[in-house]
Amino acid sequence: MSPVDLSLPFACPLPISDYPTVLLAHGGGGRLSHQLIDKVFAKAFANELLAPMHDGAVMRVPAGRIAMSTDSFVVKPLFFPGGNIGELAVCGTVNDLAMCGATPMWLTAGYILEEGLSMETLWRVASSMRQAADQAGVKIVTGDTKVVDRGKGDGIFINTAGVGLIPEGIEVAPLRMAAGDVVLLSGDIGRHGVAILSVRDGLSFESELQSDAAPLNGLVTSLLTAVGNDVHVLRDPTRGGVASALCELASAAKLGVEIHEKAIPVRDAVRGACEMLGLDPLYVANEGKLVAFVKKERADEALAALRAHPLGTEASIIGQVTAEHPGRVVMKSGMGGKRVIEMMSGEQLPRIC
Amino acid sequence: MRYVDEFRGETEAKTLRDLIARDVRKPVTLMEVCGGQTHTIIKYGLDELLPKEVRLLHGPGCPVCVTPIGLIDQAVTLSEQGVILTSFGDMLRVPGTRGDLFSAKARGGDVRIVYSPVDALKLAQDNPHRQVAFFAVGFETTAPAIAMVVERAHVLKVPNFSILAAHVLVPPALRAVLDAPGNEVRGFLAPGHVCAVMGYWEYQPIAAKYRAPIVVTGFEPLDLLQGIHWCVRALNEGRFTVDNQYSRAVTERGNEAAQAMMNRVFEVCDREWRGIGVIPQSGLAVRPAYSAYDAAVRFALGEPGHDTASECIAGDILRGRSKPTACPAFGTRCTPEKPLGAPMVSAEGVCAAYYQFGRHS
Repeated sequence: MSPVDLSLPFACPLPISDYPTVLLAHGGGGRLSHQLIDKVFAKAFANELLAPMHDGAVMRVPAGRIAMSTDSFVVKPLFFPGGNIGELAVCGTVNDLAMCGATPMWLTAGYILEEGLSMETLWRVASSMRQAADQAGVKIVTGDTKVVDRGKGDGIFINTAGVGLIPEGIEVAPLRMAAGDVVLLSGDIGRHGVAILSVRDGLSFESELQSDAAPLNGLVTSLLTAVGNDVHVLRDPTRGGVASALCELASAAKLGVEIHEKAIPVRDAVRGACEMLGLDPLYVANEGKLVAFVKKERADEALAALRAHPLGTEASIIGQVTAEHPGRVVMKSGMGGKRVIEMMSGEQLPRIC
Repeated sequence: MRYVDEFRGETEAKTLRDLIARDVRKPVTLMEVCGGQTHTIIKYGLDELLPKEVRLLHGPGCPVCVTPIGLIDQAVTLSEQGVILTSFGDMLRVPGTRGDLFSAKARGGDVRIVYSPVDALKLAQDNPHRQVAFFAVGFETTAPAIAMVVERAHVLKVPNFSILAAHVLVPPALRAVLDAPGNEVRGFLAPGHVCAVMGYWEYQPIAAKYRAPIVVTGFEPLDLLQGIHWCVRALNEGRFTVDNQYSRAVTERGNEAAQAMMNRVFEVCDREWRGIGVIPQSGLAVRPAYSAYDAAVRFALGEPGHDTASECIAGDILRGRSKPTACPAFGTRCTPEKPLGAPMVSAEGVCAAYYQFGRHS
């Protein structure tokens, strides 16, 4: 199998005249299914582990521990400023593995396609997954496709699962959080959520913002190389934002977290959109940021390691762990007052006025 | 972020707090009318920053909170009848007698969030074979935009667009607070955004009649602290007039073009406020000339039903008689995930603000 030519990532290899859209038969297991796999997925993801076209992928693993994770992606719209569902599906699982301290290695890709989806769109999504996988240094090694009746899906739903290898001596887990730990954030928050809102039906507004979607495993490697097992906890603050991520961790570790509003970077465009829509950036989704809890004595080294990586140039120390108010996150506001940060309730809803 | 950062300075906040502490002579209860102001007060902990002589009560100025249950039920009914029901986002979680609009959506109703009524009109133009109704809630702030859309629908001949009118007015609510037996409110921070549209001439007779100073106030922390200071100062001087702290947005006469548009489309009517009851001449109804765009007329919805008794003490809270933390259900049986009443729903709702910013347990 020859490697796909990524210089023309959006050229669909299927003869458009035959099947410009996905048909139910493309998920039926017959000739059309095979054609779809051969011409789209096998071509886009081409690698030696996928090549045998077996029922599953077979890999050799070194002795030690592995991490596994899975995530499903239902994004509307499929393409948004700065990314698309395919890129997100790769980055999401790569990042979940990276947050376990693992080096992501192999991904699966399961698709639920809606009858009538354009082949061109599917090809763009698959190509984008390949690009993201290359960027993260992982391989998509097996997959599955089903097609549902028109109107029963939102174009494309993707599930990815992944396996990563955990380096010897590394143990990153919520329960390792300790009083005194310093909380670091790898950059500005809220960009992904606002970028999606800016193009969503009925909520379109002018914004030059792009999603921050990115694979974070490189950034994690830099951090682990610098301070090793003194990284206690990692979390990527996706849906629910930094606030919900910190609340979950504080509650799991039964420790308190104190953060400083002024230390949390927020771009003006994000702040402006949030002011206008009545949202709090602290609860808005990110897809290319991480929060790290690091032993206090190593905080400066950790910060330098994050800042030295292209995805962490705006990293900052945003707070610390305390034995006080266990299970709670408290934020010191710019006005000097303190307030408790709660887990997000349902969805954030744009307010009336 | 001009006009935001300048009004959030820590040093200036301390200066204003000190001025209030210097000038307040005896314990006084003030009310901020608007839910947006309440939100800022709780978010920044301003009430805890104030000297103990100043007590803030939170007013009825959250449109989501005061929209009566009968109108929410009507919106749910519309969504069940094949109408595309469009609404501002925070209305969707307010419980009616048959659940909220989110559950209506889950049951198959076509409920969509829009940020502007203009988007609802566009949806109607894009779906000529579907009926599109907009749930028109809010105070005087949002009324002109909705009036404009009704006029535009009329001009562009969009026959499948209508609004479910649920607008309410601020001045009658202030009178209702002041007329309530046992009222302790001695001065108001009037809602800056409402006054940007309406001006503040309507408030002058209220300040004079009830001997309660009114300060038109903005929404940033420094706005609110200054509004409180001016109110305290006016009380000291025995001056019962309207002052305009939010002069960067508000004039005495307001936006007269917007008012004229409102008056062409809407007329004043009696309206039920959730948890409070009917306040005479406190709502806006679609004028007969535009009744073709009135969802209540088009779909023959009839009279909205009335509130049924519940554990929720929203009425007392919205009238300034009680605080959320005094409610036995607060934070236990009533949370943002499972609200018993509307003030726990919207970001502007006082119970949600208390909950969100950790004023429980």
